Amino acid sequence: MANMAQAIRMALHYGEQKLGVKEVYGEDVGPPLGGVFTATQGVDCSWNSPLDERGIVGAAMGLAWAGSRPVAEVQFVDYIFNTIDLLKLAGNGHWASGGKFKTPLVIMTPTGSGIHGSMYHSHSFDSVATKLHGMKVVCPSTPIDAYGLMISAIKTDDPVLFLKPKALLRAKGEELIPGEPADEKTLKEMIDAPVGDRSKWKPKWPKLTDYSVEIGKAKVSHPGSDATVVTHGRLAPVCLDVARRFAAEGRGSVEVLDLRSLIPYDWEAIKASVKKTGRVIFVNEETEITNFGEHLIRRLVDEMFYELRVRPRLLAGKATPGIGLSPNLEYFTQPQTVDVERAVADLLADPA
Amino acid sequence: MPSKTALPASPKDPFKALGTTRLLNIHEIMVRARLLEERLIKMSKGGDGFFWIGGPGEEAFNVSLGLHVKKGRGVDYDFLHLHYRSSSIMLAMGAKPIDTLRQMRSVAGDPYSKGRQFVNHYAIPELNVPPVSPTIETQYVTAIGTGIAQARAKTDSVTIVNGGDGGTAEGDFHSCLVWANRPALPLPIVMIVVNNGWAISTKGSDQHGEKSVCDWAKVFPDMPGRTVDGNDVVASWAALDEAFSYARRNRRPYLLEARCSRLYGHSSSSGANRLPEVDCIARFEEQLAERGIAKADALKKVWEREAAALDEAHRAVKSETPPGDESIWEDVFVDPVPASYPTRGGR
Repeated sequence: MANMAQAIRMALHYGEQKLGVKEVYGEDVGPPLGGVFTATQGVDCSWNSPLDERGIVGAAMGLAWAGSRPVAEVQFVDYIFNTIDLLKLAGNGHWASGGKFKTPLVIMTPTGSGIHGSMYHSHSFDSVATKLHGMKVVCPSTPIDAYGLMISAIKTDDPVLFLKPKALLRAKGEELIPGEPADEKTLKEMIDAPVGDRSKWKPKWPKLTDYSVEIGKAKVSHPGSDATVVTHGRLAPVCLDVARRFAAEGRGSVEVLDLRSLIPYDWEAIKASVKKTGRVIFVNEETEITNFGEHLIRRLVDEMFYELRVRPRLLAGKATPGIGLSPNLEYFTQPQTVDVERAVADLLADPA
Repeated sequence: MPSKTALPASPKDPFKALGTTRLLNIHEIMVRARLLEERLIKMSKGGDGFFWIGGPGEEAFNVSLGLHVKKGRGVDYDFLHLHYRSSSIMLAMGAKPIDTLRQMRSVAGDPYSKGRQFVNHYAIPELNVPPVSPTIETQYVTAIGTGIAQARAKTDSVTIVNGGDGGTAEGDFHSCLVWANRPALPLPIVMIVVNNGWAISTKGSDQHGEKSVCDWAKVFPDMPGRTVDGNDVVASWAALDEAFSYARRNRRPYLLEARCSRLYGHSSSSGANRLPEVDCIARFEEQLAERGIAKADALKKVWEREAAALDEAHRAVKSETPPGDESIWEDVFVDPVPASYPTRGGR
């Protein structure tokens, strides 16, 4: 099975072949490296930019207006904070111009913790990202969703912020991407650059097809009837694993909803699940103060108060200035499997 | 490559080279632009609109600039990444004063922003003018993108970016310089800085140790950097000729600093009162009269004709309606906002 980096690479290749993507660029995005997580390796129109996030994002806007459908990378989301006003401009350009200017671009950037990244390679950006109104925001948790969301992100005429959970970029999926060879060694030989001299290397791309995941549609990754877990990104597979174990151990039937899109988010899917279970927890990596999950909880309280059997919960990162390097510090700051397990158990046990 | 310090001396009288028709056309647009800005100021002061910001004093340079643009849509035409003092450029490119009045009154028919933006914030896809933003200097990084697209295409089109001297302290100005001069792909960008010596109320000379804005080009061996008297039409025209032809032909960037007056201060926030600085239109009219190109009476008639046209446009706009409340949900995304998008403001 392809990992998420390979899936994104294949989607970008499909984009340059079929969807009009003319520029894929950023710091170390072009040859020889193909991105620090190799998500752009072998992509024909990839190139290295100066070490300048504002230039990267601004250039993407200009390229979008010129019809180049760019996909630009900010190497880590931790480096994106100095571009927030430009991201706002990308998001508001259509509205500010009274619908005259579309800005079809994709900014992709690795997000979240899980690689011992310390203070500046562990950030999440969800709460800021979801306030760049006019910008669509997606965050896949599986390779096939990464492939399908990237294709949708390229196709839409709105700007899209594509958050790549960095801890999952090397994780393999459970489903084959359409066109992907069944044997993962074959895929690796086809599209992974060799170690050493790569100057003459060319990828052999599988026959890829148009597979889209609609932006704004969540996925029930594990059906259940006793409680709902709403999550995305790095914590989606953690929540799925917990739900599977609870089911196997007879500890409760837990529905896991992988949002996949933060803006617009799939409110209908959240409502449908909570209507069924009456118990819900939102699980994400952002710090708890002004957390995106808080917005969803507030809306649930407004619109579904009498359908909630117990108080809705949030499991989020602790509101510290950063995530420390020592595993003790990172694991205590960010939700881990054991935290999800405990929180879900509490949610199920809470007397209605 | 031309000399980096001085413009080549013109072999002919520049007035003769431009010709009477062109000179009078420039004058007419300058007058139209000045009257429009003065009307906008009056509207702001009289409650017929809110904040005013614009470019009175920059007409000589900006009309000349607008007339150098290869107008059209797409990469084969020039792109313009402008700031909020660019009304003269837009009028020179054919924009109608009535549309700027519509934006000043923030009516539904404001074609640039549907009543959402301050005045002089243009957005015209047909002319490759992306949304003007009140943010300082961000246009210098978006210019990189259209410059890349034009550098890749087989075309003579260029990207034009303009801003003020105060904004050159921002990193985005320097991002543009770095990206435009990348050896991997130099960009055909005409980088323009209009230097009026001020950033709102802060004197440029207190904040900037560099002798001249155009000296920033000296870092890059192949980038010309020039300063021109932006209050002078023929000097501006020659400098723009040089900058545009260099960028079009060589597919490389050019930095041009225009020293211009700021005749009504920064904006309505600083009073928008007339200041005793050089008036480029008065100077141009003297030059035209001295050379026998136009008589004072004829020039006066231009003012009267343009003022009458503006009066008529202003009357027409006064009866136009404001945008409806629910129009805030238009254009959030390219498609309508999804049915489940939160639209109640939490209530």
